[in-house]
Amino acid sequence: MKKLNRTVITMVSLLIAIIVLLPFVLVVLNSAKSSAEIVTSPVAFPSDFSQLFTNFSSVIKNQNFNYWTSFLTSFLVTSISLVLLIIFSSMAAWVLCRNKTKWSSIIFLGFIAAMTIPFQVVMLPMLSSYRAIQDFTGIKFLQSIGGLVFAYLGFGGSMSIFVLHGFVKGIPLELEEAAAIDGCSKEGTFFRIIFPLLRPVHVTLLILNGIWIWNDYLLPSLMLGLSGNIKTLPVAVTSFVGSFVKQWDLILSAAFLAMIPIIILFIFAQKQIIKGMVEGAIK
Amino acid sequence: MIKARWGKPFSVILIILSALCIITTLVIDAAGMTLSYRGHALIAGIVGLAAGFYFLPVSEARHIKIINVLFLIPMVGTFAVTVIIPFLMGIFYSTTDWDGIKFENFVGFENYINMFKEPDYLYSFGITFLFTVVNMALVNFFAFALALLCTSNSKVTGFCRAAFFIPNLIGGIVLGYVWQFIFNKVFILAAPPSMLTNANLALVAILIVSTWQYSGYIMMIYITGLQTIPKDVIEASGIDGASWWRQLFKIKIPMIANTFTVCTFLTLVNSFKQFDLNIALTNGAPQRVIDGRAVYATEFLALNIYKTAITKHDYAIAQTKAILFFVILAVISITQVVISKRNEVEI
Repeated sequence: MKKLNRTVITMVSLLIAIIVLLPFVLVVLNSAKSSAEIVTSPVAFPSDFSQLFTNFSSVIKNQNFNYWTSFLTSFLVTSISLVLLIIFSSMAAWVLCRNKTKWSSIIFLGFIAAMTIPFQVVMLPMLSSYRAIQDFTGIKFLQSIGGLVFAYLGFGGSMSIFVLHGFVKGIPLELEEAAAIDGCSKEGTFFRIIFPLLRPVHVTLLILNGIWIWNDYLLPSLMLGLSGNIKTLPVAVTSFVGSFVKQWDLILSAAFLAMIPIIILFIFAQKQIIKGMVEGAIK
Repeated sequence: MIKARWGKPFSVILIILSALCIITTLVIDAAGMTLSYRGHALIAGIVGLAAGFYFLPVSEARHIKIINVLFLIPMVGTFAVTVIIPFLMGIFYSTTDWDGIKFENFVGFENYINMFKEPDYLYSFGITFLFTVVNMALVNFFAFALALLCTSNSKVTGFCRAAFFIPNLIGGIVLGYVWQFIFNKVFILAAPPSMLTNANLALVAILIVSTWQYSGYIMMIYITGLQTIPKDVIEASGIDGASWWRQLFKIKIPMIANTFTVCTFLTLVNSFKQFDLNIALTNGAPQRVIDGRAVYATEFLALNIYKTAITKHDYAIAQTKAILFFVILAVISITQVVISKRNEVEI
């Protein structure tokens, strides 16, 4: 009886997993079809898998999609934002946690309270203030990778500082005092002792912020524009879809190309990704 | 050693040069000259100023203070410019006739009254609440059911967890287009016409995709909760003859009540903020006629705010709608904090 039960559970689990994955299978199958073939038989196996590469190359060369440039932009924006976010928010969280002054609690509360602010409330004034700063100082904010990184530092700070602050609290102060007695400077203490200890939280934050920044659409679409020279992958996909009258073979190939990087990453770092995202949600 | 001897003149000169650099560029900006390197000079000046203060040989206590400020500046600066200042400006703009660039008149609470006169907006409100409640229920139901399935010691749980989780990793934009294809080209084979052309079924379509995308993530949180239940409690009740359903309702669910609170509010907030999937899958379409006026049948609040600003160029109204959007979300968050605090006290 128990054995039968287990077989049933296994079968049901597998069946659901297949249903859940079916849309991805459809993407792969239909990326390898010509536009005529998709219309006549969208669920069948493709007649000729070499069509996949024909589709890929026409998508990659497309002026609106520009896969390699968009991929590089997405990669640069995500990685630079992540590195700076991790370093700067660790520094800020450490200072805010170790100084029990009125100002530090006000700043910390400001960061926490801002977590409830949805992007929609700040997006329009933010765009206009970025434009104003850009016109006044000549520093390129809109349509630049640097500007996007700046924005992600601003929006990602709240959550990162909140998570890090909780973790820094758990590090014994004696560690820092011992370092100070041994003649280590304040900043040396942070970079040599505290920063390495924060590693587990850094992994969580890398994953949470990384997936958010990589997939984010609204912020880059507003700052870069759909027809600009610089595009992140989600913006490029949208711009590509908008430029065609539903050429599904190419749209699905574009979607396929946009998904590949993150799925490869997931295959290699499955455990960390799942753990990181769940921890982030519970905190 | 070099620091000790040359530190003071070096850092003082650096501070003075950087300050000069900043002042010069700001004067150039204010004078309206557009020299191409003025932006770079300003950034270099700011970095130089920070470095100057860092190398300044002062007493230990002063140095710590300088370090504290330098460590805070990057995050506080970006945060202030991107979130706090625009947020305050946004509240201010909602009381003016702002057009995205400038404003001419104060209109008081006129925007707050006028926005409710738009049938689109009222409809958006209703449909967003409907979507939020139904989506929350569906996601939590499926997520919990899948979590039970994935904690039942079957050999394939590892694979299944990963499979259920994957949709959540891909952005709503890409998934929206993929599902648009599935609804318009695949499902249509079994039941034409496409669900996306029917005002009611289009909402069902968004619910399907959203549940599909989000359940795996919430499932993981439920799994983490279920794993905290001690095994001996379940075993003991099994020996006492408790059935599977009785264990579920009398032991498992009460013991992870906190997880339910977390997941409920997480799905509540995320469903309410739904945007990516909405714009990619339906973009508000199809239209529906209410009281002789056509409104977009699946335009949620976030999309409505976006379209009011970007398509209709009604920036002041869009900003006002966004403020109300924020107030609702803030109320939800405060409720969550109050509820979880109360739960903690009970435990």
